[in-house]
Amino acid sequence: MRLITHNMLQCHAKGCDPSQSYPLELKEVQLESLDAEYSEDFIRRLIPKLDWNVLVHTAFALGVAELPKELPDVQDEAFLRKVHQVALETRVKEAQMVCNGCGHVYPIKDGVPNMLLQDNEV
Amino acid sequence: MLNMHPTPTLSHLKPADYQHVYEPAEDTFLFLDALEADVNFIISRSPVVSLEIGCGTGIITTFLQTLLTSHGIPLLSLTTDINPQACKATAATALSNRTSVDAIRTDLAFPLFPRMENGIDILLFNPPYVVTESEEVGSTGIEAAWAGGKDGREVVDRVLRLIPRMLSKNGIFYLVTIRENKPQEIMEYMSTTYNLRSDVVLSRKAGTEGLSILKFYYPA
Repeated sequence: MRLITHNMLQCHAKGCDPSQSYPLELKEVQLESLDAEYSEDFIRRLIPKLDWNVLVHTAFALGVAELPKELPDVQDEAFLRKVHQVALETRVKEAQMVCNGCGHVYPIKDGVPNMLLQDNEV
Repeated sequence: MLNMHPTPTLSHLKPADYQHVYEPAEDTFLFLDALEADVNFIISRSPVVSLEIGCGTGIITTFLQTLLTSHGIPLLSLTTDINPQACKATAATALSNRTSVDAIRTDLAFPLFPRMENGIDILLFNPPYVVTESEEVGSTGIEAAWAGGKDGREVVDRVLRLIPRMLSKNGIFYLVTIRENKPQEIMEYMSTTYNLRSDVVLSRKAGTEGLSILKFYYPA
Protein backbone atom coordinates (compact mmCIF):
# COMPACT_ATOMS: atom_id res chain seq x y z
CA MET A 1 0.00 0.00 0.00
CA ARG A 2 1.02 3.58 -0.58
CA LEU A 3 2.06 5.87 2.24
CA ILE A 4 -1.12 7.87 1.70
CA THR A 5 -3.14 4.87 2.82
CA HIS A 6 -1.23 4.78 6.10
CA ASN A 7 -2.31 8.42 6.45
CA MET A 8 -5.94 7.27 6.35
CA LEU A 9 -5.91 4.19 8.58
CA GLN A 10 -6.55 4.10 12.31
CA CYS A 11 -7.04 1.64 15.13
CA HIS A 12 -10.63 0.57 15.67
CA ALA A 13 -10.24 -1.95 18.49
CA LYS A 14 -12.86 -1.97 21.20
CA GLY A 15 -11.95 0.25 24.13
CA CYS A 16 -9.05 1.93 22.35
CA ASP A 17 -8.74 5.59 23.38
CA PRO A 18 -10.00 7.58 20.36
CA SER A 19 -7.45 10.33 21.03
CA GLN A 20 -4.62 7.77 20.69
CA SER A 21 -5.95 5.55 17.89
CA TYR A 22 -4.40 7.65 15.11
CA PRO A 23 -1.86 7.63 13.56
CA LEU A 24 -0.59 4.07 13.67
CA GLU A 25 3.15 3.82 14.19
CA LEU A 26 5.06 2.06 11.43
CA LYS A 27 7.70 -0.40 12.64
CA GLU A 28 10.01 -2.90 10.93
CA VAL A 29 9.26 -1.19 7.64
CA GLN A 30 10.26 -2.40 4.22
CA LEU A 31 9.61 0.27 1.60
CA GLU A 32 9.63 0.22 -2.16
CA SER A 33 9.06 2.96 -4.67
CA LEU A 34 6.93 2.78 -7.76
CA ASP A 35 6.42 5.42 -10.43
CA ALA A 36 2.99 7.01 -10.58
CA GLU A 37 1.86 9.58 -13.13
CA TYR A 38 2.11 13.11 -11.75
CA SER A 39 -0.88 15.42 -11.94
CA GLU A 40 -0.52 18.83 -10.38
CA ASP A 41 -4.26 19.39 -10.25
CA PHE A 42 -4.81 16.05 -8.53
CA ILE A 43 -2.13 16.65 -5.87
CA ARG A 44 -3.68 20.03 -5.11
CA ARG A 45 -7.07 18.39 -4.58
CA LEU A 46 -5.51 15.52 -2.63
CA ILE A 47 -3.73 17.70 -0.06
CA PRO A 48 -6.95 18.68 1.80
CA LYS A 49 -7.66 14.95 2.28
CA LEU A 50 -4.31 14.44 4.05
CA ASP A 51 -3.45 14.75 7.70
CA TRP A 52 -0.49 16.98 6.96
CA ASN A 53 1.32 16.61 10.30
CA VAL A 54 1.13 12.85 10.11
CA LEU A 55 2.48 12.79 6.56
CA VAL A 56 5.38 15.09 7.52
CA HIS A 57 6.22 13.01 10.57
CA THR A 58 5.95 9.65 8.77
CA ALA A 59 8.01 10.76 5.77
CA PHE A 60 10.73 12.02 8.10
CA ALA A 61 10.70 9.00 10.42
CA LEU A 62 11.04 6.64 7.46
CA GLY A 63 13.76 8.76 5.87
CA VAL A 64 11.69 9.25 2.72
CA ALA A 65 11.67 13.04 2.51
CA GLU A 66 11.72 16.21 4.52
CA LEU A 67 8.46 18.09 4.08
CA PRO A 68 7.71 21.56 5.51
CA LYS A 69 6.10 21.40 8.95
CA GLU A 70 3.42 23.85 7.89
CA LEU A 71 1.59 23.60 4.59
CA PRO A 72 3.14 26.39 2.49
CA ASP A 73 0.84 29.16 1.29
CA VAL A 74 2.42 29.09 -2.13
CA GLN A 75 2.60 25.51 -3.34
CA ASP A 76 5.08 25.41 -6.21
CA GLU A 77 5.81 22.49 -8.49
CA ALA A 78 8.84 21.31 -6.51
CA PHE A 79 6.69 21.09 -3.39
CA LEU A 80 3.79 19.34 -5.12
CA ARG A 81 6.14 16.82 -6.73
CA LYS A 82 7.56 16.01 -3.33
CA VAL A 83 4.08 15.37 -1.92
CA HIS A 84 3.38 13.18 -4.96
CA GLN A 85 6.56 11.20 -4.36
CA VAL A 86 5.89 10.71 -0.64
CA ALA A 87 2.17 9.98 -0.75
CA LEU A 88 1.71 8.14 -4.03
CA GLU A 89 5.08 6.68 -5.04
CA THR A 90 6.28 5.37 -1.69
CA ARG A 91 4.89 1.96 -0.84
CA VAL A 92 5.00 -0.05 2.32
CA LYS A 93 5.67 -3.63 1.39
CA GLU A 94 6.11 -5.13 4.85
CA ALA A 95 5.63 -3.52 8.25
CA GLN A 96 3.93 -3.65 11.60
CA MET A 97 1.48 -0.84 12.31
CA VAL A 98 1.27 -0.36 16.04
CA CYS A 99 -1.48 1.53 17.86
CA ASN A 100 -0.08 3.89 20.48
CA GLY A 101 -3.38 3.74 22.36
CA CYS A 102 -3.95 0.03 22.94
CA GLY A 103 -0.82 -1.56 21.51
CA HIS A 104 -2.69 -3.52 18.86
CA VAL A 105 -0.41 -4.59 16.01
CA TYR A 106 -1.73 -4.54 12.45
CA PRO A 107 0.66 -6.31 10.09
CA ILE A 108 1.28 -5.31 6.47
CA LYS A 109 2.27 -8.26 4.31
CA ASP A 110 2.98 -8.06 0.60
CA GLY A 111 1.60 -4.55 0.65
CA VAL A 112 -1.77 -5.53 2.15
CA PRO A 113 -2.57 -4.25 5.65
CA ASN A 114 -4.53 -6.67 7.80
CA MET A 115 -6.90 -4.50 9.83
CA LEU A 116 -9.23 -7.33 10.76
CA LEU A 117 -9.93 -7.68 14.47
CA GLN A 118 -11.05 -10.80 16.31
CA ASP A 119 -14.71 -10.92 17.38
CA ASN A 120 -13.77 -10.12 20.99
CA GLU A 121 -11.82 -7.02 19.88
CA VAL A 122 -14.69 -5.15 18.19
CA MET B 1 -25.31 1.21 -25.01
CA LEU B 2 -22.01 -0.07 -26.29
CA ASN B 3 -19.36 -0.91 -23.78
CA MET B 4 -16.43 1.06 -25.14
CA HIS B 5 -13.98 1.02 -22.27
CA PRO B 6 -12.05 -2.26 -22.09
CA THR B 7 -12.84 -4.67 -19.27
CA PRO B 8 -9.76 -5.15 -17.06
CA THR B 9 -7.76 -8.26 -17.77
CA LEU B 10 -7.95 -10.99 -15.14
CA SER B 11 -5.63 -13.38 -16.95
CA HIS B 12 -3.36 -13.49 -13.88
CA LEU B 13 -6.14 -15.30 -11.96
CA LYS B 14 -6.46 -19.05 -12.40
CA PRO B 15 -9.56 -21.27 -12.01
CA ALA B 16 -8.27 -22.33 -8.56
CA ASP B 17 -8.35 -18.68 -7.44
CA TYR B 18 -12.10 -18.61 -8.03
CA GLN B 19 -12.56 -21.22 -5.32
CA HIS B 20 -11.62 -18.45 -2.87
CA VAL B 21 -12.56 -15.23 -4.64
CA TYR B 22 -15.88 -14.31 -6.28
CA GLU B 23 -15.60 -14.69 -10.03
CA PRO B 24 -17.03 -11.73 -11.96
CA ALA B 25 -20.53 -12.50 -13.20
CA GLU B 26 -23.56 -10.65 -14.61
CA ASP B 27 -23.85 -8.40 -11.55
CA THR B 28 -20.20 -7.37 -11.91
CA PHE B 29 -20.52 -6.61 -15.60
CA LEU B 30 -23.72 -4.61 -15.06
CA PHE B 31 -21.80 -2.58 -12.47
CA LEU B 32 -19.04 -1.86 -15.00
CA ASP B 33 -21.60 -0.82 -17.62
CA ALA B 34 -23.32 1.46 -15.10
CA LEU B 35 -20.06 3.20 -14.17
CA GLU B 36 -19.29 3.76 -17.81
CA ALA B 37 -22.80 5.05 -18.51
CA ASP B 38 -22.46 7.45 -15.57
CA VAL B 39 -18.92 8.66 -16.25
CA ASN B 40 -19.91 12.25 -17.06
CA PHE B 41 -21.82 12.52 -13.79
CA ILE B 42 -18.82 11.09 -11.91
CA ILE B 43 -16.45 13.58 -13.52
CA SER B 44 -18.85 16.46 -12.77
CA ARG B 45 -18.53 15.69 -9.03
CA SER B 46 -14.69 16.07 -9.09
CA PRO B 47 -13.84 12.91 -7.13
CA VAL B 48 -10.48 12.46 -5.39
CA VAL B 49 -10.89 9.32 -3.24
CA SER B 50 -12.84 6.18 -4.09
CA LEU B 51 -13.54 3.27 -1.77
CA GLU B 52 -14.94 -0.12 -2.67
CA ILE B 53 -16.26 -2.35 0.06
CA GLY B 54 -15.91 -6.06 -0.74
CA CYS B 55 -13.63 -5.80 -3.76
CA GLY B 56 -13.32 -9.51 -4.69
CA THR B 57 -11.04 -9.70 -7.76
CA GLY B 58 -10.74 -5.90 -7.79
CA ILE B 59 -12.21 -5.67 -11.28
CA ILE B 60 -14.73 -2.92 -10.44
CA THR B 61 -12.30 -0.46 -8.86
CA THR B 62 -9.66 -1.24 -11.49
CA PHE B 63 -12.25 -0.53 -14.19
CA LEU B 64 -13.30 2.77 -12.58
CA GLN B 65 -9.68 3.81 -12.21
CA THR B 66 -8.73 3.04 -15.81
CA LEU B 67 -12.01 4.54 -17.07
CA LEU B 68 -11.30 7.85 -15.33
CA THR B 69 -7.64 7.75 -16.37
CA SER B 70 -8.80 7.49 -19.99
CA HIS B 71 -10.64 10.78 -19.37
CA GLY B 72 -7.52 12.32 -17.84
CA ILE B 73 -8.88 12.11 -14.29
CA PRO B 74 -6.62 10.59 -11.61
CA LEU B 75 -8.22 8.92 -8.58
CA LEU B 76 -6.98 7.54 -5.27
CA SER B 77 -8.56 4.11 -5.05
CA LEU B 78 -8.90 2.12 -1.85
CA THR B 79 -10.68 -1.20 -1.49
CA THR B 80 -11.55 -3.48 1.37
CA ASP B 81 -12.39 -7.15 1.70
CA ILE B 82 -12.69 -9.43 4.68
CA ASN B 83 -11.24 -12.24 2.57
CA PRO B 84 -7.41 -12.10 2.39
CA GLN B 85 -7.33 -13.84 -0.99
CA ALA B 86 -9.58 -11.12 -2.41
CA CYS B 87 -7.16 -8.43 -1.20
CA LYS B 88 -4.30 -10.28 -2.82
CA ALA B 89 -6.26 -10.73 -6.06
CA THR B 90 -7.17 -7.02 -6.12
CA ALA B 91 -3.56 -5.90 -5.76
CA ALA B 92 -2.63 -8.26 -8.60
CA THR B 93 -5.50 -7.07 -10.80
CA ALA B 94 -4.51 -3.43 -10.38
CA LEU B 95 -0.90 -4.26 -11.21
CA SER B 96 -1.83 -6.34 -14.29
CA ASN B 97 -3.86 -3.40 -15.57
CA ARG B 98 -1.07 -0.91 -14.85
CA THR B 99 -2.89 1.02 -12.23
CA SER B 100 -2.72 1.44 -8.45
CA VAL B 101 -5.28 0.26 -5.93
CA ASP B 102 -4.62 -0.19 -2.21
CA ALA B 103 -6.46 -3.21 -0.80
CA ILE B 104 -7.14 -3.34 2.93
CA ARG B 105 -8.23 -6.46 4.77
CA THR B 106 -11.08 -5.54 7.11
CA ASP B 107 -14.76 -5.93 7.87
CA LEU B 108 -16.60 -3.23 5.85
CA ALA B 109 -14.45 -0.08 6.23
CA PHE B 110 -14.02 0.49 9.98
CA PRO B 111 -10.27 1.35 10.13
CA LEU B 112 -10.84 4.35 7.83
CA PHE B 113 -13.22 6.07 10.25
CA PRO B 114 -13.55 8.57 11.79
CA ARG B 115 -10.28 9.66 10.13
CA MET B 116 -11.90 9.76 6.68
CA GLU B 117 -15.29 10.94 7.88
CA ASN B 118 -17.20 12.46 4.96
CA GLY B 119 -14.06 12.07 2.87
CA ILE B 120 -15.12 9.37 0.39
CA ASP B 121 -16.08 10.73 -3.02
CA ILE B 122 -17.00 7.50 -4.75
CA LEU B 123 -18.24 4.55 -2.73
CA LEU B 124 -18.74 1.27 -4.55
CA PHE B 125 -20.53 -1.72 -3.09
CA ASN B 126 -21.51 -4.94 -4.79
CA PRO B 127 -22.83 -6.57 -1.63
CA PRO B 128 -23.63 -10.13 -0.69
CA TYR B 129 -27.23 -9.70 -1.87
CA VAL B 130 -28.45 -13.30 -2.12
CA VAL B 131 -31.31 -14.22 0.21
CA THR B 132 -29.94 -16.88 2.60
CA GLU B 133 -30.35 -18.07 6.16
CA SER B 134 -28.97 -15.51 8.61
CA GLU B 135 -26.51 -18.13 9.91
CA GLU B 136 -24.71 -18.08 6.57
CA VAL B 137 -23.80 -14.39 6.90
CA GLY B 138 -20.47 -13.38 8.41
CA SER B 139 -17.87 -15.79 7.06
CA THR B 140 -14.46 -14.59 5.92
CA GLY B 141 -14.31 -16.98 2.96
CA ILE B 142 -15.97 -16.87 -0.44
CA GLU B 143 -19.46 -17.24 1.11
CA ALA B 144 -19.01 -13.64 2.30
CA ALA B 145 -19.30 -12.66 -1.35
CA TRP B 146 -22.95 -13.66 -1.65
CA ALA B 147 -24.66 -14.67 1.63
CA GLY B 148 -26.98 -11.75 2.44
CA GLY B 149 -29.35 -13.24 5.03
CA LYS B 150 -32.95 -12.04 5.27
CA ASP B 151 -34.07 -10.30 2.05
CA GLY B 152 -30.34 -10.34 1.15
CA ARG B 153 -30.21 -7.13 3.17
CA GLU B 154 -28.28 -7.95 6.35
CA VAL B 155 -24.88 -6.72 5.14
CA VAL B 156 -26.39 -4.03 2.90
CA ASP B 157 -28.24 -2.49 5.84
CA ARG B 158 -25.05 -2.36 7.95
CA VAL B 159 -23.42 -0.34 5.18
CA LEU B 160 -26.42 1.94 4.57
CA ARG B 161 -26.21 3.18 8.14
CA LEU B 162 -22.54 4.13 7.60
CA ILE B 163 -23.15 6.12 4.41
CA PRO B 164 -23.70 9.53 6.07
CA ARG B 165 -20.35 9.11 7.89
CA MET B 166 -18.43 7.98 4.83
CA LEU B 167 -19.74 9.98 1.89
CA SER B 168 -18.41 13.45 1.08
CA LYS B 169 -20.81 16.27 0.20
CA ASN B 170 -20.13 15.77 -3.50
CA GLY B 171 -19.87 11.99 -3.10
CA ILE B 172 -21.70 9.25 -5.00
CA PHE B 173 -22.58 5.84 -3.58
CA TYR B 174 -23.18 3.02 -6.08
CA LEU B 175 -24.96 -0.13 -4.92
CA VAL B 176 -25.88 -3.40 -6.65
CA THR B 177 -29.29 -4.82 -5.75
CA ILE B 178 -31.62 -7.59 -6.82
CA ARG B 179 -35.42 -7.35 -6.73
CA GLU B 180 -35.59 -9.34 -3.46
CA ASN B 181 -33.54 -6.62 -1.71
CA LYS B 182 -36.50 -4.21 -2.25
CA PRO B 183 -34.50 -1.45 -3.96
CA GLN B 184 -37.45 0.96 -3.86
CA GLU B 185 -37.57 0.63 -0.09
CA ILE B 186 -33.80 1.30 0.13
CA MET B 187 -34.17 4.43 -2.01
CA GLU B 188 -37.02 5.74 0.14
CA TYR B 189 -35.09 5.01 3.33
CA MET B 190 -31.99 6.86 2.09
CA SER B 191 -34.09 9.82 1.02
CA THR B 192 -36.17 10.21 4.19
CA THR B 193 -33.36 9.34 6.64
CA TYR B 194 -30.32 10.98 5.05
CA ASN B 195 -31.74 13.32 2.41
CA LEU B 196 -29.89 11.35 -0.28
CA ARG B 197 -31.24 11.51 -3.77
CA SER B 198 -31.14 8.30 -5.80
CA ASP B 199 -31.46 7.00 -9.34
CA VAL B 200 -31.47 3.59 -10.96
CA VAL B 201 -28.47 3.78 -13.27
CA LEU B 202 -29.05 0.47 -15.07
CA SER B 203 -31.23 -2.61 -14.69
CA ARG B 204 -30.90 -6.00 -16.30
CA LYS B 205 -32.45 -9.41 -15.91
CA ALA B 206 -29.82 -12.13 -15.60
CA GLY B 207 -31.37 -15.59 -15.30
CA THR B 208 -33.63 -15.31 -12.27
CA GLU B 209 -31.87 -12.21 -10.91
CA GLY B 210 -33.49 -8.82 -11.46
CA LEU B 211 -30.37 -6.72 -11.07
CA SER B 212 -30.24 -2.94 -10.62
CA ILE B 213 -27.37 -0.54 -10.04
CA LEU B 214 -28.52 2.29 -7.78
CA LYS B 215 -26.71 5.52 -7.07
CA PHE B 216 -27.13 7.91 -4.15
CA TYR B 217 -25.89 11.49 -3.81
CA TYR B 218 -26.70 14.72 -2.02
CA PRO B 219 -28.69 17.26 -4.00
CA ALA B 220 -26.60 20.20 -5.19
